[in-house]
Amino acid sequence: MSRLRRLLDRAQPLFTKGGPYERFNALFELIDTFLYTPADVTGHAPHVRDGINVKRVMACVVIAALPCVLMALWNTGYQANNVIGLMAMESAPGWRGAVIDGLGIGYDPQSIWASAWHGLLYFLPIYLITLLVGGLWEVIFAAVRNHEINEDFLVTSMLFTLTLPPAVPLWQVALGISFGVVIAKEVFGGTGKNFLNPALAGRAFIFFAFPAQMSGDSVWTVVDGFSGATPLALAAVGGLEAVMNAGITWSQSFFGQLQGSLGETSTLAVLLGAVFLLYTRVASWRIMAGVLIGTIITSLLFNLINSPTNPMFALPWHWHLVLGGFAFGMVFMATDPVTAAMTDTGRWIYGLLIGFLTIAIRVVNPAYPEGIMLAILFANIFAPLIDYFVGRTNIGRRMRRNA
Amino acid sequence: MAGPTVKVLVDPLVNNNPITLQILGICSALAVTTTLKASALMCLALTAVLILASGAISMIRNHIPSNIRIIVQMTIIASLVIVTDQFLKTFAAETSKQLSVFVGLIITNCIVLGRAEAFAMKNPVGLSVLDGLGNAMGYSLILIVIATLRELLGSGTLFGYQVLPLITAGGWFTPIGIMLLPPSAFFIIGLLIWALRTWKTEQVEKPQYQIHQVHRTELI
Repeated sequence: MSRLRRLLDRAQPLFTKGGPYERFNALFELIDTFLYTPADVTGHAPHVRDGINVKRVMACVVIAALPCVLMALWNTGYQANNVIGLMAMESAPGWRGAVIDGLGIGYDPQSIWASAWHGLLYFLPIYLITLLVGGLWEVIFAAVRNHEINEDFLVTSMLFTLTLPPAVPLWQVALGISFGVVIAKEVFGGTGKNFLNPALAGRAFIFFAFPAQMSGDSVWTVVDGFSGATPLALAAVGGLEAVMNAGITWSQSFFGQLQGSLGETSTLAVLLGAVFLLYTRVASWRIMAGVLIGTIITSLLFNLINSPTNPMFALPWHWHLVLGGFAFGMVFMATDPVTAAMTDTGRWIYGLLIGFLTIAIRVVNPAYPEGIMLAILFANIFAPLIDYFVGRTNIGRRMRRNA
Repeated sequence: MAGPTVKVLVDPLVNNNPITLQILGICSALAVTTTLKASALMCLALTAVLILASGAISMIRNHIPSNIRIIVQMTIIASLVIVTDQFLKTFAAETSKQLSVFVGLIITNCIVLGRAEAFAMKNPVGLSVLDGLGNAMGYSLILIVIATLRELLGSGTLFGYQVLPLITAGGWFTPIGIMLLPPSAFFIIGLLIWALRTWKTEQVEKPQYQIHQVHRTELI
């Protein structure tokens, strides 16, 4: 290890101001601080004695997302292998088929191993493209603006990948992450100054830019010519009955053997991540509780109103919680510390707003079966306003008390 | 031809563009730029109104009582817009339907009133007409750029002719749906302004506040 340290120390003068590779200082720092604890310390008071910094926080989120990643690998492959079995195909099309055949893994949907391999061949290209293209933008901006490369990009890329349908074309992935990183984050000054969640903004961009590849019935399973609707799309048409008729049970939705985006089908995997995030206090429990309560109250309200023409009104709340990207959005997207509300009261309001909007979009707007993405982006925009009013109210209360 | 004449005509193209520097006329720039044809017609309509309004207002500028000058200016602009609208409905019925209310809304286009108030009220007729023409060209330039990008990327066509073969028709181009929605025009205008201000750094506004940043390599 010390040899590596010496190598880095020797290379450092090349990258500091005046050195030949001054432009690439950001890149050097990324590698250096990724491998070792930074040597410099804060020179001024106040000193906060805490081992946690942005890097650690972001690492925690990545660890928390791991159950979702594993589920993504297995479920994507499982869905694909299932269909391959149903359609009695010899092998998967394209290079993925060649790899699987070459390794002799086979297409048995019952085998976790075979499914995970098949899923990996879809997950990995998307993830690599995201890292590569998004990372390139990060480096360019860091070099031009002379700031550090922030590790939150690792989180953005991971979360962005997990929200995509498995069959999404790779060039669209590149376009989406470029939009997310550049327009949603870097133009506002980089990490900490963005008011929209970059991963969600990128996803929203390709959602609106390429509706054919991002929604509909044929994008959720990676076998050509097979179309299977997500449970939410089924529910939008025929309510709970349609979901039940398709043979989908509540526990199945909870464990996540469903059509859906890569990493958000399994509520269980998300919950494991949530426990970790709450235990390490990286994510705010107030936001999660707010979203949860807002969702439950709103769906109960819609149950009460009930509409004869729109079956979504009658969908019970415990189904809302396990369908679509709700759990994933609540745990990983809504709690993003940069774009969420900062005050404790504000977090409750912010969470409740997301919960309410998610269900409102799901139920009332027939154009969008899923609402959590738009709800979170909307609440992101309102977060500074919420914080402002919470602050004003507090000031007013204290003035009255001390008057 | 003296310096100021050329300056009045050319300045609004890049250096003092009504859309990218003064951020005026954004509403129509977002709404009509889905196709080149509609934008071109919109540009022609605005050019006609702007030139005539600047000329007419400049002509009677010494007779307008200062208290009611805005009302007088609006009356002139509104009459011109109505004439233009009727003209378009007669000779370009199809495209003018696409423009719907936006021709009528030229009345409220800040560029027209802005030039009348800022320039035509103080300058002779000839110069005012040139100023109107220059600003109309500045507006048109940006509109045409946005419309070209949006039509090309959103539906693969230019003036209705298929330039990029669509994937649905056996080609390779997947149309970017968001380009046909108004938000895309916002992004494009924003990126245009960014590019323009990188090129012409004197257009960059002074920051209203500055957060002091301490960079790691900087000694405090």
